[in-house]
Amino acid sequence: MPAESVALPEMAAAAPAPVRSRRLPWIPLAIISAFVLLAILAPLLRLADPHDQSLRNRFKPPVWEERGTWTHPLGTDRLGRDMLSRIVWGARVSLAAGVVTVLVASAFGAAVGLVAGYYGGRVDAALMRMTDATMSFPVILLALILAVTVGPSFTNVVVAIAVILWARYARVIRGQVLTLMHLDFIAQARLAGAGAWRIITRHLFPNTLNTLVVLVTLQIGYVIIVEASLSFLGAGIPPPTPAWGSMIAEGREFVTSAWWVSMFPGLAILLVVLAFNLLGDWLRDTFDPKLRQL
Amino acid sequence: MIRFVFSRLLQSLVALAILSVVVFILARATGDPLHLILPMSATQEEYAEARRYLGLDRPYVEQYLSFVGKAVRGDFGMSLRARRPVGELLRERLPNSVSLAVFAMGVSLAIAFPLGVMAAVKKGTGLDRAAQVIAVLGQSLPTFWVAIVLVEFIAGRLQWLPAGGNESFASYILPGFTLGWFVVAGMMRLLRSAMLEVLDSEYVKLARVKGVVESQVIWVHALKNALVPVVTFAGIYFAILVTTAIVVETVFAWPGLGRLAYEGISSRDFPVIQAVVLTTAAIVAVVNLGVDCLYAVIDPRIRYAR
Repeated sequence: MPAESVALPEMAAAAPAPVRSRRLPWIPLAIISAFVLLAILAPLLRLADPHDQSLRNRFKPPVWEERGTWTHPLGTDRLGRDMLSRIVWGARVSLAAGVVTVLVASAFGAAVGLVAGYYGGRVDAALMRMTDATMSFPVILLALILAVTVGPSFTNVVVAIAVILWARYARVIRGQVLTLMHLDFIAQARLAGAGAWRIITRHLFPNTLNTLVVLVTLQIGYVIIVEASLSFLGAGIPPPTPAWGSMIAEGREFVTSAWWVSMFPGLAILLVVLAFNLLGDWLRDTFDPKLRQL
Repeated sequence: MIRFVFSRLLQSLVALAILSVVVFILARATGDPLHLILPMSATQEEYAEARRYLGLDRPYVEQYLSFVGKAVRGDFGMSLRARRPVGELLRERLPNSVSLAVFAMGVSLAIAFPLGVMAAVKKGTGLDRAAQVIAVLGQSLPTFWVAIVLVEFIAGRLQWLPAGGNESFASYILPGFTLGWFVVAGMMRLLRSAMLEVLDSEYVKLARVKGVVESQVIWVHALKNALVPVVTFAGIYFAILVTTAIVVETVFAWPGLGRLAYEGISSRDFPVIQAVVLTTAAIVAVVNLGVDCLYAVIDPRIRYAR
């Protein structure tokens, strides 16, 4: 008998009640809402055009430095483009990449996990082999291949990351389903004549939602970092679209003379990813303390 | 045990075969590979000759088999940019990448283990909180940005350490720590939560009741079992390390596979990218195989359960 099914009843009984008394993580929530609002409202904000080049205005420092002006509060880059506006527009790219990728990956991964856990046996074994093989594959390699053959694009970044990322959802959800399958309500649903589809969608899926939400939140930050790394390498979102990763890459050569070009996009990534990670940690501690995180 | 190793080996081979098919299809499906190889000014005749010479006029299955046959022997064709055999470049760069990865892994183990264990033992204290801050920062800081900041300040302004290259031991320090940082965060967290669980278990309480010295309870009895989840994730850590290495090598001008990949992308050098991806995937597969075997040794249940 598989070791996992032996330990199950005990694990199910030990599932701790959610601690509701903890305070909401206001700071991370505020940071995330601020960036989401900026990203959504970017076209309405009457910022400078993020693509507008002006060689006369290249490398203007931020406003608090000696030569800084309020026209470009965070300065300008190598081509005289407004940094503030590029960071706001970059938030659209980063957040969209993070959210879309994680949604695609979690939908597919959860489906695989539900099916594997529900049917068990050979189906489970085959699906989990696939999952393990996928999970240990470095995300970036696939993106590199796509970038060189098909050419770098938003879609390719999403596809390359999602193709690897689903595996983690599949593993975790499958583990949960295995636990749930031993509980009485599933047996009762079966006795009442519920079919596979109904049990999976109505009984198993709602019970894995907590975990799913925690994982999704924790992984948005990770995806944003991976997307930025790819854009930094030139295998992500192609210029001139403002993406934080490629902005850092563009400023790299001028770090000594124009530090702001690389520093601000980096700080933006740090803030957003930190906020998602802190929120994810809070959600996990509150709703799913047994979930192990990488 | 032999059956277990064999089935895992087979899995790795299947995974690699699938990847090689994907690479092959992508290279063919996205237009004529000759566009990637020949210069823009090539004539029709040159195209036809190159097609024959490279065997592109043969059936796809035959082409694939010859591609795999050559790849296994380390023959990946010529680099478009360096105008040298890709296999030669690989042999030059691979040892540098391996030595950096080993150094970074050593750094992260040396930091993550004591920190993870002590954070669990001294749960709720300042040390624990400091460890949590390190962990969450480690997972939120973009590695390539950290690398740039370190190059600018520690290597540039303060001139304490070399900014790039791999000539001396000192040049290992910055890239090694940058690369190890991300792994430290994940490993420490995992070790902490596993230790907390184990320290709460019956057998650890029994060991204490029996009068075993506390340090031995922690570092021998408890740690041994807390290691199981860490080993489970070791393969994934390695995959993360490889991914991060591409970025780190690029910033620190480290002459390894990652830097080679970066140069490959910027010049759309398909043979190089193909070679780096397949080689890296093979290395990751071998490491995973090793981890699985190690796991089966530590936790005998695995051998029978799977």
